[in-house]
Amino acid sequence: MAPSTDSNVKDENSQVSYKKDINTKTGRILQNKKHSNDIFDVIEYLQSEKDKEIIFATNACKRVFCQLFYRGDLYVGDLPQEEELMSGDRSAEEKYRIFMRHRYNNCVELLLENMGHEAFQVKEASLCALMKFVEAEGKHPLQNLDLIEHYIFPRELLRTLVEHLLSTEEDMSLLISRFQEFLEMDDVRYYVMSSVRDNIYRVMGRNKKAVIPVYQNNVYTLLSNINVPSQGSKIKHFLVKQAYRPEEWKAGKLKEHKRAFEQMWLLFLKFKLPSSMYKKILVILHESIMPQMSDPTLLIDFLSAAYDIGGAISLLALNGLFILIHKHNLDYPDFYKKLYSLLDPSIFHVKYRARFFHLVNIFLSSTHLPAYLVAAFVKRFARLSLTAPPTALLILLPFICNLIRRHPSCRVLIHRPSAAEEPCDDPYVMEEEDPAQCHALESSLWEIKTLQKHYHPDVAKAAMKINEPLTEQEEEISEVLELSTFELMERDLKAERKTIPLEFDTATELLKSPREVLGVHFSLE
Amino acid sequence: INKTIIVHQLVFCAVPLPAAGGDHHPISKNPFEVKINRKKFDVLGRKSKHDVGLPGVSRSRAIQKRKDTLLKEFRLKDKNNTFIDRRFGEYDSKLTPEEKILQRFTLERQRTQDRKDMYNLNEEEELTHYGQSLAEMEKMTDVIDSDSDSEEKGLLSAELTATHFGGGGGLLRKKSAGDDEEEEHKPRSRQELIEELIIKSKQEKRERQTQKEEAQELTEKLDQEWKSIQNLLAHKTPKAERTDETDKPKLDQYDMMVRELGFEMKAQPSEKLKSAEELAREERQRLQTLEADRLKRMMGDAEEDAVQTNTHISADDMNDGFILDGDDRKTLAYKDGKWNIEGEEEEKEDEDGDEEGGEEEEEEDDEDDAEGEEDDEEGEDDDEDDADEDHCDLQSDEGSEDEDGQGAEEEQVCAEEPPAVSEEQKKAAQEAAKAELPYTFPAPESYSDLKQLLQGHGSEQQRLILDRTLKCNHPSLSAGNKAKLQKLFGFLLEYVGDLATQNPPDLRTVSALIPQICGLCQMFPEAACKAVQTLLSDSGHSMEETLEVKGRAPMPDLDMLVLLKITALLFPSSDFRHPVTTPAFLFLSQALTRCAVVSLEDVCKGLVLCCLALEYVSLSQRIFPELLNFLLGLLHLTVSDKHNMGYTVVSPFRRQGKSCDLLVLKDPNVSHSWNRKPISLQTAHRLPAQSPVERDHYRLSLIDSCLDLVKRCTWLYKDLPSYAHIFQPIRALLLKHLPDLHREILDAIPEKPSQHAPLVFKKKKPIPLKLFTPKIVLDYGKKRGNTKEEKERERLKHKYKREFKGALREIRKDTRFLAREKLSDVMSRDAERKRKVKELYGSLATQEGEWKALKRKNRK
Repeated sequence: MAPSTDSNVKDENSQVSYKKDINTKTGRILQNKKHSNDIFDVIEYLQSEKDKEIIFATNACKRVFCQLFYRGDLYVGDLPQEEELMSGDRSAEEKYRIFMRHRYNNCVELLLENMGHEAFQVKEASLCALMKFVEAEGKHPLQNLDLIEHYIFPRELLRTLVEHLLSTEEDMSLLISRFQEFLEMDDVRYYVMSSVRDNIYRVMGRNKKAVIPVYQNNVYTLLSNINVPSQGSKIKHFLVKQAYRPEEWKAGKLKEHKRAFEQMWLLFLKFKLPSSMYKKILVILHESIMPQMSDPTLLIDFLSAAYDIGGAISLLALNGLFILIHKHNLDYPDFYKKLYSLLDPSIFHVKYRARFFHLVNIFLSSTHLPAYLVAAFVKRFARLSLTAPPTALLILLPFICNLIRRHPSCRVLIHRPSAAEEPCDDPYVMEEEDPAQCHALESSLWEIKTLQKHYHPDVAKAAMKINEPLTEQEEEISEVLELSTFELMERDLKAERKTIPLEFDTATELLKSPREVLGVHFSLE
Repeated sequence: INKTIIVHQLVFCAVPLPAAGGDHHPISKNPFEVKINRKKFDVLGRKSKHDVGLPGVSRSRAIQKRKDTLLKEFRLKDKNNTFIDRRFGEYDSKLTPEEKILQRFTLERQRTQDRKDMYNLNEEEELTHYGQSLAEMEKMTDVIDSDSDSEEKGLLSAELTATHFGGGGGLLRKKSAGDDEEEEHKPRSRQELIEELIIKSKQEKRERQTQKEEAQELTEKLDQEWKSIQNLLAHKTPKAERTDETDKPKLDQYDMMVRELGFEMKAQPSEKLKSAEELAREERQRLQTLEADRLKRMMGDAEEDAVQTNTHISADDMNDGFILDGDDRKTLAYKDGKWNIEGEEEEKEDEDGDEEGGEEEEEEDDEDDAEGEEDDEEGEDDDEDDADEDHCDLQSDEGSEDEDGQGAEEEQVCAEEPPAVSEEQKKAAQEAAKAELPYTFPAPESYSDLKQLLQGHGSEQQRLILDRTLKCNHPSLSAGNKAKLQKLFGFLLEYVGDLATQNPPDLRTVSALIPQICGLCQMFPEAACKAVQTLLSDSGHSMEETLEVKGRAPMPDLDMLVLLKITALLFPSSDFRHPVTTPAFLFLSQALTRCAVVSLEDVCKGLVLCCLALEYVSLSQRIFPELLNFLLGLLHLTVSDKHNMGYTVVSPFRRQGKSCDLLVLKDPNVSHSWNRKPISLQTAHRLPAQSPVERDHYRLSLIDSCLDLVKRCTWLYKDLPSYAHIFQPIRALLLKHLPDLHREILDAIPEKPSQHAPLVFKKKKPIPLKLFTPKIVLDYGKKRGNTKEEKERERLKHKYKREFKGALREIRKDTRFLAREKLSDVMSRDAERKRKVKELYGSLATQEGEWKALKRKNRK
C-alpha cells in the first residue's frame, strides 16, 4: 500500500481492508475447497501487531473451524506428518482434511500463545474461541476412539488450556474470573480440577517446592472460583452430552467431584505458601473449602502448620481447627495453652479481630473449663486491654464480664473481700506461657480499674461495671464485633444534644491555651 | 311554776337555732326545715358555707322558678303567637289586685298631668312613629323655627294654667318650697297675683324671643364667614402646613428630640460602676462556677442536666461594640432641600457634620481629596483590591458628582475615611493600614466570597476585616444576620484548612484569626458544633474508606491537625462526653493507630497528634492507650538494633521493616552541635531539603519532644493503678537502648509495680427499714400547676367540670318537673272527663227515672 500523507485515512483504510480481507477469505474457504489456502492468511492475522486484527481473526477462525467440525472436514484419528501428506496415496478429500486438521492445530497453538498476550481483549477472545473448540471437539471428537468404551471429552486441549491459564509469570486473575463462567459446566469443572491437579504437581515438582507467588496466586484464584454443587441431582449441566451410559460417567457424580476437589486443594496446600496466601486461604477455608471436601480432617496437617506459624495466620487457622474439633471430633492437645499464647497486643489491631473474638467467645463458652484457665484468660485479656483501641475495648470489656459471669469462681478477680485493704503486688505473671502457672486466680483486675479513666465514655462506663456485682444476664457482644471507629464516632456525631458546653477560656492564639503542649514543642514558623 | 317551765322549754328549743343565722324568714327558724350538714372533721381555719341548709325552702324556690319560666315555655310550646301583658304589675305576684288597680290609676293620672299642653285639645293624643313623636320629628327638619313664638302664643305655661284653673294647690305647694320673698306677698289678692303672672310670662317670652334672634343672627353670620373661606381652605391646606413647617426650624427640633432620646437610653445605668476589685471578684466567681461546672461534666454524673450558663462576656471589643448608642442611629437630614440618603459609614463619619451644615461637608470632601491623593501613592493596589467590595458598601455620593470624575473611584474609597483620622495624620503606620480598609463588609454568602474578602491581606488586616464583618453583621442588627454568621463559621474553618494546606502553610494568619473564630463559636455554639462535627465526620469517613481499600491510610494533613487544635480551644476536652470532643478523641485514636508512618513528616505529624492527645487529656487525666503505644513506636524508630526487644510494638509500627529506623541518627556525634528549639509546624507539611546534619538535628528535636511527652505522660498517669504496667514497655526500651537519656523518666517509672489492694465491689447502701413516720413532701402542691398558665388551666378545668355537673343536675330536675306537670295535666283532664261523664250519666239517669215514672204513671 502506498504511504499516505494522512495517517487517519490510512488507518481507516487498513481497518476496513483487514475486515474485508478476513471476511472474504473466510467466506471463500467455507464456500470452496479450492480456496482453502486462504486459511494461512487468516491464521497469520492471529500474529498481527494490532489487537483488533487479532480479535477479528480469532473470531473468524472460530467460525471457520466450528463450521469445519460440523461438516466433518477435519481429519479424525492419529494425524500423519504434514510432510508425508504428498507421499502417501490418499484421496484428495482426505488430503484436504489432513491439511485442515494441521491448520486447526496451528490455530490452537497460536490461540494458546495469545492467552499470554498483554491485551485482555485478545486473551478473552482467545479463551472463548478455545472453549468453543473444546465444545466442538467434544461433539465431534478428533480421536479415533471406540465410542462404546470411552467417554468423549477433549481432555488434552483442556489440559493445555489450563496450563496456559495458570501462568507462572503473569497474573491471570482477570482471565480466570472470565473463565469462571465455563466452570459452571459440570464436566468442564471436573476435567479442569483434574488438569489443575496435574499441573500443580508438575509445576511445583519442577520448582523443587519453592514458593512461586505468581503461579500460586493464579492457582488460588482458579481454585477459589471452583464450587462443587451441594447436591448430586444438580449435576446435569454439561458442555458435552454423553450418549453412552451418562449415569456412569465420572463427571456426572458428586462423589467424584468432591474427591477431585479435595485432591486438588490438598495438593495445592501441601506445598509451601507465601504468608499472604495463607491468610487468603484461611479466610475462605471454613466457608467455601471445608464443606465441599469429602473428608475435611485431611486438612489437619495444613491447619496445624498454619496454627504454628503464629500471628494473624494462627488466629485465622483457629476457625478451621474449631470446625474440625467441633464437627469432626478432632482432638487437639494443649489447644487452650496454645490459644493462651496467641494472645498478644497485636490481636487488637489485626483485620480479623471480629472473627477471632467470635471464636474465642465460643471456645470459652463452656462452663466446664477449669477456673484457673478462665482466670488466666481474663487476666491476660485485661493486661492486653491497656494497649487496645476503644473499638476493641468495647468488645473486650463485656467479654471479660461475660467470662466472670459464666464462671462464678472467677469472681474473686473483681471481688476479694477476704484480703480487702491489704495492698499487694500483682501475683500474675504475664510472661508465663502455661495458664496453670500464671497465678491469675490470685490477682485482681486493676487494669479494668485503670480503664475506668479511659477517655471514651462508653469504655469508661463498660469498665465501671466491675464496681458492682455483675448482673445475671450476659451481654451480647456479637453486635459490637464489627464496630468500626468511624461508626463509634458517628454515634456521638448523630446524637441530639440540647446544650453544647464551650471552653470558657477564650483563646487568643493558636498555640496558646491553659494546658498547652503543642506550643511547647512546635512553633508556627 | 308552770309559766316558767314553758319559758324554759322555749329557751331549750332555741338553742340549736342560732345556727340558722340572722335570717329573718320565719321558715328558717323552723327546726324541721333546717338541715345541718354533719362535718367529719373540724378543720382549723376553714370557713364552711354549707354547714346549714334549708332544703324545703330551696326546693320550693326552685319549683317556683320553674313554674315561672320553664312551665310557661312549656305551655307556649308549639304556639306561634304570644301575648305579652305590659300592664303595670301584671306579673307581680306580691301586689294584691286592689293595689294593682290603684297603681295603674295613679300612673294614668300622672301621665296626663305631666303633659304641658293638657288643655290643648288638638294635641291630646301624641302621634308617634316607631316610638318617636311625629311632632318632634317635624321639628327636627325645621332648621330654625322662627315662628314658634306664634305657636307659643296659644300655649300657656303650666304654672299659669294651674293658677288659672283651680290647680292652685300645685302652685301653692311650689311656692312654699320656693323663696321667702313670696311668702311676704302671700296676703295679696288673687287678681293681683294673676296680673303679676301675666306680666311675668310676657316678659319671659320677650326675653326668649330676643335671645333666639340673637342666636340666629350669630349663626347666619358664622355661616357667611365660613362660606367665604371655605373654597380657600379646600386646596390650600397642604401648602399652608408646609409653609408652617418650613417656617419653623423643625429639623433641629426633631434631631434634638432623637438625640435626647438616645441620651436618655444611655443615661440609664442599671447598676453603679464597679470598682476594679469588684470586677475582679466577680470574674473570679464566674470562673469558679465555670470550673466547677466543667469538673462536674468531667465526672459525667450531671451529664444530662448540665446547662449552658456561660454566656461569654469578653473584655475585648468583640461584643461591646454592638451596644446600641447614638452613633448607630440614622438621623434624618436635609441637604439642599432634599432628603439626604447616605451610606452607613458616611453616617458614622458625618455625625456632627449634619448640624454644621452643607458647607462643612463640601470642605470635608476637599480634605478627603487631598488625603486620597496622598493615599494613592501609598497603596494603590490595595485600593484596587478593595474596589469591588466598596461598590456595594458605598452608596453613590451625590455631592461628589460635580467634582472631577477622574478620581471618582479613589475618592469613594477615600471618602470613607473618618475626618478624625484624617486630621491626625501623624498616626502610626498600623493605623494607616487600618484606615485603608472599609468599615463595613457584607457577610460572605459563600466560601469563595470569604476567600475573596480575605485574600491579599496581611494576617492582622485579615483579622481586622473579619472583626468588622462580625460587627457589621451582628445578629442584633438584622434578622438575617444570625444565619449569615452561622454560615460564616463553617467558611472560616474551611478557610483555615486552606491556609494550613497551602504551600507554605500560613499558620500565622490562622493564629491571628483564632479570636474571631472563638467569638463566633461563643455566639453560636450549635452552629459551631455542627460545623466542626461535619469536618470531623468527613475526614473520619474518608480515612475509614482508604483503610478499607488500602489497609493503611496516610497521616492526616496539617489542616486536620489545626482543626483538632482549634477544637481543643473551642470545646472542653475534659467532658465525660461531648458532641465534638468525643469524636475528636476517636479521630485522634484512629490516626494514631491506623496511619502509616513512612517518612519524617509522618513522624512529625504523629508527634503533633501526640501533643494534641496529651493536651486533650491533660485536665481530665484520662488514659489514652493509643498515645502511649504511639510514643513507644516512635522511640522504637530510634533504636537501631531491633533484636531482643523486651516489648512489642503495635500498629502502625512494625517490629522491623523498611521505615523502622527513621529516627536512627546517621552520625552519632551530631548531637554535640544540636541545641533544643521548637520544631516548626510547617515541617509537618513538607520537610525542606536538608543536609544530613540538619536532618539529624531534626531527628534529635523530634526525639527530644517525644521523650518530653513521655515524661509528661508519666507525670499525668502516675496515680493509675496499672501505671507500671502501662509504662513497662517504654521503660524496657529506654533501659536497654537509651539508658543515659532522660534519666528522670526511668526514675519516674518504678521497676516494681506498686502495691494495690485487691478489688472489691463498692459497698452497697443498706436498704433502710420501712418507716412509719409520715413522709413529708416539702414541695407539696408543686406537682401540678407549676406555672401560671398551668394553674389557670387547672382552675378552668375544675370550673368547667363543676358547671357541667351542675348543668346536668339542672336538666334532670327540669325533666322531672315537666313530667310531673304533664302527669298532673293528664290527671286533671281525666278528672274533668270523669266528672262530665258522671254528670251525663246523672242527667240520663234522672231522665230515665222521669220517663219510667211517667210510664208507670200512665200505666197506672
